[in-house]
Amino acid sequence: MTTNTDQVEVRAGVYHDSVSLMRVSQALGSRPGVSVAIVAMATELNVGLAREVGFEVPAAGPADLLVAIRAESAEELAAAGEELERQFAGLGRAARDGGGAAAAHAPRTTRAAAKVFDATLALVSTPGDHAFTEAMDAVEAGLSVMIFSDNMPLEQEIALKERAAERGVLVMGPDCGTAVVSGAGLGFANVLSPGPVGVVAASGTGAQQVTCLLDHAGAGVSHVLGVGGRDLSAAVGGRSTLVALRALDADPSTELIVLISKPPAPEVAELVRRAVEELSTPVVGALLGPGQDDLTTAVEKALHALGRPVPRWPSWTLPQRPRTAGLCGLYSGGTLCAEAKLIAGTGEFTDFGDDEYTRGRPHPMIDPAMRLEALSRTSGVILLDVVLGHAADPDPAARLAPAVRAAGERGASVVAALVGTDADPQGLRHQAEALHQAGASVFVSNAAAARHAASLIASAP
Amino acid sequence: MRLSMLEGETRVITAGTAVLAEALAQQAVPHLPVDWRPPLPGTAPALAKVTADPRREAANATAVGRMTSARPRLAGVRPAGEVLGLPPRTFLHAGPPIDWERASGPMRGALIGAALFEGLAADAEEAERLLVSGGVKLDSCHHHRTVGPMAGVVSPSMWMFEVTDEEHGGTAYCSLNEGLGKVLRYGAYGPEVVERLRWMGEVLGPVLAAALALSGPIDLRSLIAQALQMGDELHNRNRAATSLMVREIAPAIVDASPRYAAEVLRFVNGNDHFFLNAGMAAGKVSADAARGVPGSSMVVAMARNGTDFGIQVSGLGDRWFTGPAGVPDGLYLGAYGPQDANPDIGDSTITETCGLGGFAMAAAPAIVRFVGGDVSDAITATRSMYEITLAEHPAYQIPGLGFRGTPTGIDVTLVARTGVLPVVNTGIAGRVAGTGQVGAGLVSPPAEAFAAALAALAEE
Repeated sequence: MTTNTDQVEVRAGVYHDSVSLMRVSQALGSRPGVSVAIVAMATELNVGLAREVGFEVPAAGPADLLVAIRAESAEELAAAGEELERQFAGLGRAARDGGGAAAAHAPRTTRAAAKVFDATLALVSTPGDHAFTEAMDAVEAGLSVMIFSDNMPLEQEIALKERAAERGVLVMGPDCGTAVVSGAGLGFANVLSPGPVGVVAASGTGAQQVTCLLDHAGAGVSHVLGVGGRDLSAAVGGRSTLVALRALDADPSTELIVLISKPPAPEVAELVRRAVEELSTPVVGALLGPGQDDLTTAVEKALHALGRPVPRWPSWTLPQRPRTAGLCGLYSGGTLCAEAKLIAGTGEFTDFGDDEYTRGRPHPMIDPAMRLEALSRTSGVILLDVVLGHAADPDPAARLAPAVRAAGERGASVVAALVGTDADPQGLRHQAEALHQAGASVFVSNAAAARHAASLIASAP
Repeated sequence: MRLSMLEGETRVITAGTAVLAEALAQQAVPHLPVDWRPPLPGTAPALAKVTADPRREAANATAVGRMTSARPRLAGVRPAGEVLGLPPRTFLHAGPPIDWERASGPMRGALIGAALFEGLAADAEEAERLLVSGGVKLDSCHHHRTVGPMAGVVSPSMWMFEVTDEEHGGTAYCSLNEGLGKVLRYGAYGPEVVERLRWMGEVLGPVLAAALALSGPIDLRSLIAQALQMGDELHNRNRAATSLMVREIAPAIVDASPRYAAEVLRFVNGNDHFFLNAGMAAGKVSADAARGVPGSSMVVAMARNGTDFGIQVSGLGDRWFTGPAGVPDGLYLGAYGPQDANPDIGDSTITETCGLGGFAMAAAPAIVRFVGGDVSDAITATRSMYEITLAEHPAYQIPGLGFRGTPTGIDVTLVARTGVLPVVNTGIAGRVAGTGQVGAGLVSPPAEAFAAALAALAEE
């Protein structure tokens, strides 16, 4: 029912990206006296959400902005409205400041940006339906491109990678969560010390696990090049993997290449094998899947190949009671989720970073709401990942700790795989300690975390 | 292989989530965020398809290369019946094809005036009956290598500028400019209008033809380039171009016709827009050079008939994609106001099609108030046109933007992606037949015309 403390408004043709709007919604929703705050593009999904909670939303399209606020009093509603305008003014300022001198006329396409800015690559994170045109702009301008966006149709990926081959540039992605180029972290990127290892990865969180462990071991990285999860399929034919391998081979700062992938299609495996043979740089493979080394073991092999010692991987454990209620994996990283599931050999695993959960929503590494909600409903042994770095939640432990504590009070045991480095903005040690104090056992190796969690089940009477 | 991305300082263009740009800012990585917004509603599937067309990039480079390399020159002045092979009782008009039934007031007025001028009717009523009954065949100027300002009506006895393209060999035509006020192109058809047309056919046309034969062709590419640097944008301001043209041809006019020279020069000098029609023919011949490139998404014509706004695209042959013509937003003469304005009309948008007019607003600070706003608005208008165009013209430059080339070659995919519509400067015709000009201002084309062209490209 709409009451006089509801504000519903459609602003035609006003656009902000979903993450910025989510932050505005959060800022309004956390005000005292505000019970609901939806500030979002008026997509079918968002209009539906607003109508579900009783707002009377006028006709609107996905190019319009929807504002729906419910407060306990007219005064609180008015105050929320003022805060909304302050937030929007801030967004406008950020957009103008972002571009420095060129910002007075911010380019509207990647193509236009490439004409006024001497770039070396483009980073595309628009909704997936629109990523292709921006990425094609970059390739046509002779720029390598990282496509953070997911849900890109396969034929578009192939078309982009074919065009990139003509231009001698690299397409990282689609659905490429992380990359590090000469120390610059793109997407979800950890702060890594520079070093001799170049990484080619078909998996974002897989690459983050490997590079963070290398960092713990004192072996830094030169570059981390994502290729997208489908690159080694028969259809895509490993196009980006082959370019990335050859580029790292030619790169003077790279002494060893780690190739992280799912088991490739047989004909692609043969292509990659032959390409690797022609390289002068040694390659250590980390294949994901049954019967393969886990990522931690792969890192250890890479360290051997470099002639470096393997350290004891840090962990912060607690005496935890074995549980009989079963193992539940609540993950934000797909590869970490799959690895943990394989190692544990039992339990129910959910990957909240999967396309089915991220369509029209931010990634769980940015917005933990869905996972927190699942955590509040789960008992037994709970295994989860916490991924640090740029662009991720600025303080995931602060939001997880109360939920972990509550789970402990319900009789659940929480085990966390913490992927990050001490140099990350969130600080590995600080996050580990906060989670540990809340009652979780914490491991920097996902494999070790999974083994620990499984042992809690296995040792139950 | 070496990848240039791995060498030197990392500099990133970001499009999408602001969080990822902020992460780069935290690392002090130089970056430029794109002000990305969703495309025109419903165009995403067609955009993906057209973007994937392997012909597109090269085709657009070819099309815009032809447009910007055209070297138009004014070669002659000749009667329409002769050069266009127009049979009697055939009139051309501005914009996409239209019949009497759907024609607006000024278009009807101009057709009536042309029927009177051709002697097909004794008075306006008889002319209207003739036109209603289909006694005159109508066709679009653009179908005949021709453009016409406002109503753009061309009848066989009218004299035309003949412009040839030295680079690609094309030819295009435009009628001679009648001046301002009550004139045929604005839909006026009174006795003074027909009288003036007669004088233009008997004196002005033949004298200009004879003068050009003496002087030789006039290089319009260089004349337009100079006029831009003298404060014209070549659509709503043609004062510099007209002056330059007179300077080129005046001695030949005196030589060719001592008897009529003063009369002709007084007429030309009395009309700051005299050059417009020659400039339009120059635009037409340049745009026509870019026609018919398979896979090209570049616009080669924008034109209005007072009812519809239509565009044609290089890779889509002679098909028109239309939407309703908008009413310009502008300033009005005398006591006229918006209620007197007809929807947008004329082929003069060929100037914007070729990167002049509204696209070159930043070159013409003198008229920014007339077409809305101040100098910074003019600069913003031109800057925003770089977002939807394929190239910067190598010869047509804007001093105030550091001699940057004018934004040239509208790409329908960029219009759909950005939602930025071409900026069009225009005169405003009175709604009622016979009124004439009531003002001038700015107008936006209908977005659906661009969306429809994009959909057609996706089906190619």
